[in-house]
Amino acid sequence: MSAVADMAPSRGARAFGAVSGAVLPVLTVVLAIVAIWYAASVMMNRAWTLDQIQRQDLEMTTMEIVAATMTQERPVLPAPHQVFAEIWNTTVGEPVMRERRGEMQGNPRNLLFHAYHTLWPTLLGFLIGTFLGILLAVGIVHSRAMDMSVMPWAIASQTIPILAIAPIIVVVVSNLPALNNAVSAGIISEDTKLLVPKALISAYLSFFPVVVGMVAGLRSPRVMDLDLMRTWSASRGQTFWKLRLPASVPFLFTSLKVSIAAALVGTIVAELPTGARFGLGARLLTGSYYGQTIQIWSALFMAAICAAALVILLGVLEKFTLKRMGAQA
Amino acid sequence: MVQPAASVHSNIAPQVSVIVAQDLDLTFQTADGPVQALRDVSLTINKGEFVSFIGPSGCGKTTLLRVIAALEHPTGGSITVNGMTPDEARRNRAYGYVFQAAGLYPWRTIEQNIKLPLEIMGFDRAEQEKRVSNVLQLVDLEGFGKRFPWQLSGGMQQRASIARALAFDADILLMDEPFGALDEIVRDHLNEQLLKLWARTEKTIGFVTHSIPEAVYLSTKIVVMSPRPGRITDIIESDLPRDRPLDIRDTPEFLAIAHRVREGLRAGHAYDD
Repeated sequence: MSAVADMAPSRGARAFGAVSGAVLPVLTVVLAIVAIWYAASVMMNRAWTLDQIQRQDLEMTTMEIVAATMTQERPVLPAPHQVFAEIWNTTVGEPVMRERRGEMQGNPRNLLFHAYHTLWPTLLGFLIGTFLGILLAVGIVHSRAMDMSVMPWAIASQTIPILAIAPIIVVVVSNLPALNNAVSAGIISEDTKLLVPKALISAYLSFFPVVVGMVAGLRSPRVMDLDLMRTWSASRGQTFWKLRLPASVPFLFTSLKVSIAAALVGTIVAELPTGARFGLGARLLTGSYYGQTIQIWSALFMAAICAAALVILLGVLEKFTLKRMGAQA
Repeated sequence: MVQPAASVHSNIAPQVSVIVAQDLDLTFQTADGPVQALRDVSLTINKGEFVSFIGPSGCGKTTLLRVIAALEHPTGGSITVNGMTPDEARRNRAYGYVFQAAGLYPWRTIEQNIKLPLEIMGFDRAEQEKRVSNVLQLVDLEGFGKRFPWQLSGGMQQRASIARALAFDADILLMDEPFGALDEIVRDHLNEQLLKLWARTEKTIGFVTHSIPEAVYLSTKIVVMSPRPGRITDIIESDLPRDRPLDIRDTPEFLAIAHRVREGLRAGHAYDD
């Protein structure tokens, strides 16, 4: 073979180069974060360890002190391995279901059980919010009156702290006669009833990004695209279905990603003031009641994992949809 | 200013004239005050003619095309298309419109883009398929129907948009600088193809352009316009033969017409700024 061909890197080598080129920076960042985390936990937990040494008149080397800061039961800042051990023990280490009063039911010691109780209203709220958001955007784009009247309210709604109105929504919704009748008639269970205000609060946070994104998307066709529709005497409905809606799809996915993260936050916040027994928010709350910092951090990580999973899922759906719509590979 | 429609109709022979404009005025109300885009525009376009509108920016050539297409409405004077108001003519599918950009929807294949007006106008599926393959052949794009627009060159995209304008059998083709964004070699080629298409389909074509050679090469009638306010300064009937090879552009007859167009533009003070 010629020297030129020998010099050209093989396909495999180039692929490896691309992967290692991405992996190395990512690993570096992760390692840096873990290192900072360990350093911070040693510094923040040291006071308690030193206090213990003084009270019990112990003799400890520096290494022993450092080790002791990472094994406390209620550290100010748990070390990474403590958090991940807790997550492992409360997911893999616990049965998902347990028997109680002769019935199999979800096990509240399992973190997945709580994640499930948060994810379900999150998805419900996300669907309600998305539907509402698209509906409002369609109205805003097609009616000048709605454009002038709805948008300011939508913006105002997001300036109200969700923590302030969550209890109000919970009180009002859980006292709705229709809902209570449905429970006493056995149509929905008491647990399902608790889900409704959570989903509503989650919808309240998630509709807004969809409104903003979809208004921009539905208005994204150029003047020329709209003129073309006019030359064919297309109706407003045809212009909507054949031009505005398909043109808005990339905008929709972008806002859905923001919206689903907001929906998750909404559900967790909704769990805080409601005395919810189940859900990641409830887990956060009980953790802070009893100073269980490790439990708080593991619930936080579980929430982050859920959010990441949902956003990635939407990203896959987006790629698939846009590819079917002729996006450049 | 508005003339009674009857007096316009009395001037025309309906079997020949397709577009008749009489004393058209169009004033846009802008934030900086009224802008007169068209003044006293009178023009008759006959069936089967290839009419170019040429002039500098702001001379109202695009506005005039848009008035014919009922995308703008005149503030004075009268205009008929196929003996109807432009709005009625549009509803009767009188014309296909081609813009400067191809304006193909990126989420539709070439085939689906050409089907778009057919879907809107309610053609059945079999008819849609038939028409798509007909017009794809007409613009030499057979075999590209399943591609997405980004997979085609700029010239091919513009041909696809011409195919789309031809798909529903309008007698008039209105083209607003359709090749303005393409390079000169591609433009020459498309001009040649457009003449062949015109000969085969016998459409009436209204064509807006910036280019003197393009206007002279393509047209049977050249309308020279000038700005502030937009008006017609000259209408030149071309006596070049209908069958035109590209090298006709070097003949004295061609150059004489090009010279007259240039004179018309100069007379309209088009070169002032």
